Amino acid sequence: MSELLSVQDLRVTLQTARGPADALRGVSFSMARGDTVGLIGESGCGKSITALALMGLLPEGAQVAGSIRFEGAELTTLREAELCRIRGDRIGMVFQEPMTALNPLHTVGRQIGESLRLHKGLSGAAARAEALRLLERVQLPQAAQRLDAYPHQLSGGQRQRVVIAIALACGPDLLVADEPTTALDVTIQREVLDLIRELVREDGMGLLLISHDLGVMADTVQRLLVMYGGTVVESGPTTEVFRRLAHPYARGLFAARPRLGLARGTRLATIPGRVPELADMPPGCPFADRCALVVDECRRALPAVEAVSPGHEVRCIRWRES
Amino acid sequence: MSDALLEVIDVHRQYRLPRESLFGARPVVQALAGVGFTLQRGRSLGIVGESGSGKSTLARLVMALEPPSAGQVRFDGQDLHALDAAALRRARAGFQMVFQDPYGSLDPRRKVLQTVSEPLAVLHGASVAEQRERAAEALDAVGLRSADLDKYPHEFSGGQRQRIAIARALITRPKLIVADEPVSALDVSVQAQVLNLMQDLQDRFGVTYLFISHDLAVVDLVCDEVIVLQQGRIVEQGSPDRLFRDPQHPYTRRLLAAVPGGMLQVP
Repeated sequence: MSELLSVQDLRVTLQTARGPADALRGVSFSMARGDTVGLIGESGCGKSITALALMGLLPEGAQVAGSIRFEGAELTTLREAELCRIRGDRIGMVFQEPMTALNPLHTVGRQIGESLRLHKGLSGAAARAEALRLLERVQLPQAAQRLDAYPHQLSGGQRQRVVIAIALACGPDLLVADEPTTALDVTIQREVLDLIRELVREDGMGLLLISHDLGVMADTVQRLLVMYGGTVVESGPTTEVFRRLAHPYARGLFAARPRLGLARGTRLATIPGRVPELADMPPGCPFADRCALVVDECRRALPAVEAVSPGHEVRCIRWRES
Repeated sequence: MSDALLEVIDVHRQYRLPRESLFGARPVVQALAGVGFTLQRGRSLGIVGESGSGKSTLARLVMALEPPSAGQVRFDGQDLHALDAAALRRARAGFQMVFQDPYGSLDPRRKVLQTVSEPLAVLHGASVAEQRERAAEALDAVGLRSADLDKYPHEFSGGQRQRIAIARALITRPKLIVADEPVSALDVSVQAQVLNLMQDLQDRFGVTYLFISHDLAVVDLVCDEVIVLQQGRIVEQGSPDRLFRDPQHPYTRRLLAAVPGGMLQVP
């Protein structure tokens, strides 16, 4: 299996109002073509920063250390012009809010055709024909008429299909989808996730899915990375992670979910405290202040990665107690 | 006095859209097409459905933010939409609303004290000292400190902001709280805290909830009864136990089948 993406010890420091803050503190993972990998965690855990770093879209002033190798090329040192050739061509992106991802002033046909004209040098007519094929592929009803529609004339689910068509236009090797269904109704979410799964399988591209929804992850990805405080605290095959929940944070997150079948009035398990702010991130385990299993050693240094089983790793010195 | 706090009787609501052609009639969209239910005191009723099902229109009618095209909304025995302005204003103390987005629903330029005590100032003309005391009580009820009264919204996390929004709703000691997707903008662990809080408040103060959500699991947890809305009509109604274990209407089944993470559900 050839390696598609390899992220090694990725560190990102952002400039904040309170000075420099470590947003990523050594994130490592790799994926091959055809792999589906999920990044899960709550606001501020670093999952979106990871995606932005991959695409070279970090906010101004961000400092990056470590390595991101994509199809053999080191992305962290590429110049902007070279990144532009990869973005939208080899790496497709789907964002959360389809209304803001699309330009309200251009027809959807034009927006899908843009990357084809830019990256593939297609003529206007050829790009339009290809855009139609793509709209049919993402199962947009009445695709031919919709080619000349503006985003406001489409529903949320239809817009997200257009965004996916744009992401797929150049036949990327990696699809990065950041909360692609969070803004959608549950039945539409199901349709869009089914579509993404199907397209990924047909084209054999890699999928990096970012979501806060454990259910969406369980249905969609083979491998799961649980992030907290800028680190991957647990990673492994999705079924293994959910079966074992080795990290106390993963366990807490799972227990806090409302799920069908709980008796009326049940109180959900909660995680005490709150996510530390980036600038206040402690030197040791970022979860220490909220963890029931904490011991002094947890606060000394970031815990090393330990193996739970082959391919299933956890960044916790107390995981055996959980 | 009967035990029914809120009676919604066959309400319809239509909106006229802009003309599509110069001499054409204005198209009409039927947002609610004959919805009726009764909500007992101290109970929770969940409204589920997708965008365009009429959930939020229903909330606006119950909150007397707009009148129904036909039908009645009776709160505590009064037809809300038949009241004159002064009487409606007095009645408003009895029902308050919590919105989805705690970032958009709090005025960033106002201190928590002003935001939380505003309904009291408007509805009762309470003195400044009394406002502060009641605001501190409301904050205490939602697990915040009275020192937080002098802070601004940006100093709080999303979950804390939603607590502030709930404190604002509680300050008039309402009988009914209409909560429109109160936890869907929150992270999972914070969502759990807010859901627990809402249930604690119901136990302590006997608040009645009209709980609007697209999340079936959330509704299952906090509601005694659920209404499934589709295109402005009730397609199914019942206890969550029955509705989610043995759905009768194809639309309810479709909603249930779409809940992600089948393998993670409680068997």
